[in-house]
Amino acid sequence: MCSLEKQKNIFILRRTGHGEHRFNPEFMDSIISAIAYVNQNAHQASAIIVTNDGKYFSNGLDLEWMSHDKEIRTQAVGDKFVELLAAVMSLKLPSIAAVCGHACAAGFIFALAHDYRFMRNDRGFLYMSEVDVGMTIPPSVMSVISSKVDSRHLTEVMLGGLKYGAQEALRKGLVDSSHESPDETLGAAINVAVEFGKRKCKGEVYLGLRLGAFPEAAEKLGIRSVSVLPSRL
Amino acid sequence: MCSLEKRGNVYILTFVGDGEHRFNPTTFDAISDALKEVEESADAAALVTTNAGKYFSCGLDMKWVGESPHDRFDIGMEKLENMFAAFMKLSIPTVAAICGHAEASAFTLALAHDYRFMSTQGSSHLYMCELDHGFNIPKSMLTLIRSKLHPATLRDVVLGGTKLNAQMAFQKGIVDAAFDDSVGTLQAAVKEAEKLAVRGWNREIYRSFRLAAFPDVVEELDIHVPYRMLASYNF
Repeated sequence: MCSLEKQKNIFILRRTGHGEHRFNPEFMDSIISAIAYVNQNAHQASAIIVTNDGKYFSNGLDLEWMSHDKEIRTQAVGDKFVELLAAVMSLKLPSIAAVCGHACAAGFIFALAHDYRFMRNDRGFLYMSEVDVGMTIPPSVMSVISSKVDSRHLTEVMLGGLKYGAQEALRKGLVDSSHESPDETLGAAINVAVEFGKRKCKGEVYLGLRLGAFPEAAEKLGIRSVSVLPSRL
Repeated sequence: MCSLEKRGNVYILTFVGDGEHRFNPTTFDAISDALKEVEESADAAALVTTNAGKYFSCGLDMKWVGESPHDRFDIGMEKLENMFAAFMKLSIPTVAAICGHAEASAFTLALAHDYRFMSTQGSSHLYMCELDHGFNIPKSMLTLIRSKLHPATLRDVVLGGTKLNAQMAFQKGIVDAAFDDSVGTLQAAVKEAEKLAVRGWNREIYRSFRLAAFPDVVEELDIHVPYRMLASYNF
């Protein structure tokens, strides 16, 4: 499922195993619990890195699981995915997605919910597959995409059904840097996280600024906004 | 303090005096009076805002706030919002010639302008210092900042607390051009302002276009300007 470890006061949340890491309620709950633990201990850490084993960051929602009881399970997965996105956007420290494999549909959106995205460029792509698969995206989930994707590229990302390798993703501003291998990707994320740690910024302030910077996403995901009084003059 | 100069149809507003040109009631009033003079001038066609010395401005005067924090912080915020609104409501194109450090609400003020030119001299930087100092940014300011920056740049500026020199600011699309020194920056800004002035745009239309382009900012800054469509058109 997923493992949470701490390295040099950086949390690393890893989706383990070599499967597609597709999102079903149980899997998403395990990530949400890990995030809750990280939030409680955010003051002891400088950042969280979310990464994966194997070939897939996440291939999206668990359509197979949903197919067994279509209507009820689709609703359950949809609701839980919004909860997952809200959890990521409510992290009290900088979040980095170290994308070491394919990130498709919900997997791509999950990556977008993070503050930073680093990606391996030797294999794997970002792919908003909904247009090809015939799935719609509700406003709550859409707000994450439109917050993070430059409006110049939004049409292409949403309607183009393109598969972006790391170089192309970098060019379009979908990721912040690309690296030769999963180890290098994670290493770069760790280096950046260490730099964040030197700033010693308060978690409540950081969260308030993130929600202030992306208020539509905060509102549509049902995150209560945090107002912080100045801590010193 | 600030000085106001007129060259042809272009007004140049300069933050002068020693130090960081921070905003307090005296500066707010001086800027407000200057903007009123510009707006009421019949042949004004563009405004350049710039600075003397090493600082564009470092934002709100926290020493002034500190003398009576319980009310002055709110008063300061309100005066900042009024100042942003005044610049957004100007009926002429605005160019910021950033020739020194611009931090926090002063960085935001530069963003409230239509165009931004920046000087490399003295390693001038743009810096949203709130994250490092443990402050939140009021919704009004964030709305203005969000309206002018791409998502990744917004994140770098607000969540990353990055200090951006002129080259970085240009690469990230925060400023329209970067120049080697302050003299060159101001010259280029004035030249741009003159180019815009020559277009002879209807001022009411220009203002209503700017406000229509940034409706979230209009709402957050409570800007009320009567909107008349096609003021200069005769069918």
